[in-house]
Amino acid sequence: MIRLDNLTKHFPGLERPAVDGLSLEINKGEVCVLVGPSGCGKTTTMKMINRLHEPDEGEIYIEGKNTREINEIDLRRRIGYVIQEIGLFPHMTIAENIATVPKELNWPSEKIKKRVNELLELMGLKPAIYRDRRPPALSGGQRQRVGVARALAADPSVMLMDEPFAAVDPITRARLQNEFLRILEQLEKTIIFVTHDINEAIKMGDKIAVLRKGKLVQHSTPEELLDAPANEFVTQLVGRNRSIKRLHLIRVEDIIAEDFDKYSVKLDCSREVIEEKLTKSEIGALMVVDEQGCLVGRVDNRSLKKKGDSSEELYDEIHDQVTADSTLNDSLSVMLESGEGYVPVVDEKRGNFRDIITLQDLLQEVRNEDEQ
Amino acid sequence: MNNNFLKFILITFILFLLGALLVFYVVENPTDSMVERTLSPDNIWRTLREHLIIVGVTMAGALAVGIPGGILLSRPRFYYLGKVFENIVNIGQTVPSLAILAIFYTILGLGFNTAVFAIWLYSILPILRNTFAGITSISDEIIESAKGMGMKNWRILSRIELPLAAPIIVAGIRTAVVINVGTATLATFIGAGGLGDLIVTGLSIRRDMIIVTGAALSALLAILLSFWIEQLKSYLVKW
Repeated sequence: MIRLDNLTKHFPGLERPAVDGLSLEINKGEVCVLVGPSGCGKTTTMKMINRLHEPDEGEIYIEGKNTREINEIDLRRRIGYVIQEIGLFPHMTIAENIATVPKELNWPSEKIKKRVNELLELMGLKPAIYRDRRPPALSGGQRQRVGVARALAADPSVMLMDEPFAAVDPITRARLQNEFLRILEQLEKTIIFVTHDINEAIKMGDKIAVLRKGKLVQHSTPEELLDAPANEFVTQLVGRNRSIKRLHLIRVEDIIAEDFDKYSVKLDCSREVIEEKLTKSEIGALMVVDEQGCLVGRVDNRSLKKKGDSSEELYDEIHDQVTADSTLNDSLSVMLESGEGYVPVVDEKRGNFRDIITLQDLLQEVRNEDEQ
Repeated sequence: MNNNFLKFILITFILFLLGALLVFYVVENPTDSMVERTLSPDNIWRTLREHLIIVGVTMAGALAVGIPGGILLSRPRFYYLGKVFENIVNIGQTVPSLAILAIFYTILGLGFNTAVFAIWLYSILPILRNTFAGITSISDEIIESAKGMGMKNWRILSRIELPLAAPIIVAGIRTAVVINVGTATLATFIGAGGLGDLIVTGLSIRRDMIIVTGAALSALLAILLSFWIEQLKSYLVKW
């Protein structure tokens, strides 16, 4: 799909080349993460793909065609490009921002409007609310979603993403990453993803290319990278706690047992039933769900001291939860944050309660991985 | 929008009304015959017309040179030249406007054309500098993401750079207009007429009414033009 062949780029005034004889092959539909310390040439490599930088030596082939032979404007319009949120145009509305490439391609305005609404829906932003706002009126996470929507606008088969989730807090970042991975399941895109964060690389990448001083150090799957680092540099980059890092690779939905009956009660559940169920609950608490099965709160022995006969009167609110598409590492962060040894898992779309995930489950997973 | 439009009409109307009332009052109530002769409707109209022509011609010329010039200097290959120019402009702006007129008088002699040339040159400076500064202050990330999405250079200029630089460019035009109207009152010293004629005549024959009429009309003109440009800005800049 994309083949980088012996790329070299030397910036004037610098001693060593920014990119030095780099060859890399990226398959169709694959997320390839370029990772490495700053100055390793990852961004330069990415910018040579859409010819924002011209390589001094070497060739780039996309679907077998040499990019030097494609008009650079046409080439860029066919490649989605996301940089940090700051790349949004502050004077344009969200709809105008997303419509940038379709407008350059002279799509009819009806088609553009439809496409913009479709993308806003895909990103979980209500078109009626967000279409006509401007970027400064959005939160950091929303701006980055718009950045991704803008890159997807003309449905490019290739996307370049330069630290697209870097400018938000860790919890929002984890959510954006999960959302993006879910979106990718529906769309077949070949993606070059640049980051300096090895955890993000492990989570997002089908393949990871580790770069150092403009050279490729290792190109492998995240599992291989963790199991068999090519040299001391990669070992250092991956760090010591490799079993914990593996938690990035496993999703909550892969290990939960859907034991919602064991851990949950309905709103109209009586005090006696709650007391009885609590004795069986290993976490000393029960989740309270409404008619639709959505999580509304929890009851434990302390809530039983309150007056009232049904769970509706007894429950306490609950703020910490993870969606089923989160990674185990995300749920570990939430547990540490909340100080509880468990966290409820809800469906990412409807908010239904699905199961409880406990610290024990996570330790068990780490142990399993170590045994393998 | 509707509200803004009302405000625009109302304030414009008030400024015109003030000017008209002033002219009407001084024409009807001259303190003596010399004032009556100087403040005849014909004479007031002549000075105002000359003033408007000086301002109109020099501003049109300054816009026609300043904005394209600023855009040109902001292109990457001229960037350093632009920086040098910016400094020259900053020095140029410190020269008093009367001195500029005097310098060009020694070169080009008396007359309307000399005044227009000198004031035009003087008005280009803030427009050129602000156009250059407005465009070059846009962050590289914004330009790069526009480029990365396949926008052509002239599209980046018209859809990204100029709209984003518009507030700064308009501020430069406003500065230029205010300086321009003020400097045009000095044109009388090199025989180019304008509202300055009234002020200087009033000063030499010691008639306050004539001085006040010339000063007030030029002040009203400056306020009106500056208000219009401010309105233009709120029309252009919606974010």
